[in-house]
Amino acid sequence: MKEELFELLIRLGDDHLVLGHRVSEWCGHAPMLEEDLALPNIALDLIGQARSLYTYAGEVEGRGRDEDQIAYVRLERDYHNLLLTERPNGDFAHTIVRQLFFSVFMQAWWREAVKSTDETLAAIAAKAVKEAAYHVRHAAEWTIRLGDGTEESAHRMEEAVSALWPYTGEMFETDAVTEALAEAGIAPDPSSLKAEWDKVIADVFAEALLSAPDEAWQQSGGRKGRHGEEMGYLLADLQYIQRAYPDMTW
Amino acid sequence: MDRADLQARAWDAAASVPDPEVPCVTVADLGILRSVDIDADGVAVARVTPTYSGCPATLAIELAVETALREAGFETRVERVLSPAWTTNWIGADAREKLREYGIAPPVEASGSIRSLFGETEVACPRCGSTETARVSEFGSTPCKAHYRCEACLEPFDYFKCI
Ligand SMILES: [Zn+2]
Repeated sequence: MKEELFELLIRLGDDHLVLGHRVSEWCGHAPMLEEDLALPNIALDLIGQARSLYTYAGEVEGRGRDEDQIAYVRLERDYHNLLLTERPNGDFAHTIVRQLFFSVFMQAWWREAVKSTDETLAAIAAKAVKEAAYHVRHAAEWTIRLGDGTEESAHRMEEAVSALWPYTGEMFETDAVTEALAEAGIAPDPSSLKAEWDKVIADVFAEALLSAPDEAWQQSGGRKGRHGEEMGYLLADLQYIQRAYPDMTW
Repeated sequence: MDRADLQARAWDAAASVPDPEVPCVTVADLGILRSVDIDADGVAVARVTPTYSGCPATLAIELAVETALREAGFETRVERVLSPAWTTNWIGADAREKLREYGIAPPVEASGSIRSLFGETEVACPRCGSTETARVSEFGSTPCKAHYRCEACLEPFDYFKCI
């Protein structure tokens, strides 16, 4: 089970680090001051969650790797994040829709993980579930405000929903890793969270006057290290200091 | 000095450390400092819990607690504990009053209902006491605070979010 647990922690840690990095790109560029505080705050939560997950991954692996070595010196193919999390920020609508899709999923995931038979994962989840509640609220409120806003904002939200919808199916994918962990009561079966996710998104969309696309073709591959072109650029930015000055600290 | 006295002295030293971002209250007032014990080797072991996973103050708090214990003459070790997860319920009545005097509206209740997407909390202005207040942003100057405005006295203020 050690291998499966390690893989889970890497997947989840990568989701949070990569999305945290994306959200942090808004720092100093958000459309208004309040958002310039909100988005970096959310990024901090995500990166903080990634740090806890990576630290634990290093302990589980038992080869002496710490959070920094896991975050900064792996190659693109070794990152097992959801493709959704690496999608570029685009306009504010794309960022908000990406946040909504991911945080609604994670809120359900963490809530189930609080009951994990793995004590450390349960402890990480107990903190994260409360933070995720704020992320959901932030994204849902903006979704409603923009979807039920002006003609321009509604149009941009529709564009964002149709662009990102093909990246939602990957969240619920199962494989030998998720099955073994669900069986052992360590982590929820992601496919079991789909009904709740559908319902929350449908409720928010109803208020936002948005509609979910009909079943769209779904992207896949992030969990196996197959990424979009943008991922390389993201890592170049994220890893630059450690690549240029290996093992430097400050 | 027996172990109970040492432990009490170590606790007092660690508990006096002010929160780096909200210096009107101590890390003990906020419930961030969970315990201080003296282990078999006489080392003071302090346990601290982060407020938010990504709170940048966590490291500063750990260093400050370590420093305070060393200055009080202890060999020391600081451990970070995640469970049970920190909650604003651990902020005592005295500390809530100190926050209010400092100009920060104290947390109203822990957000037990994480499903209440649009549930609004009634937050009283720390200056004039009016409940005619509006939330400007869920996210304020630090991860633990939200940004509010009083509609009565028109002052902006921070609200210590429930979590
Ligand atoms: Zn007032």
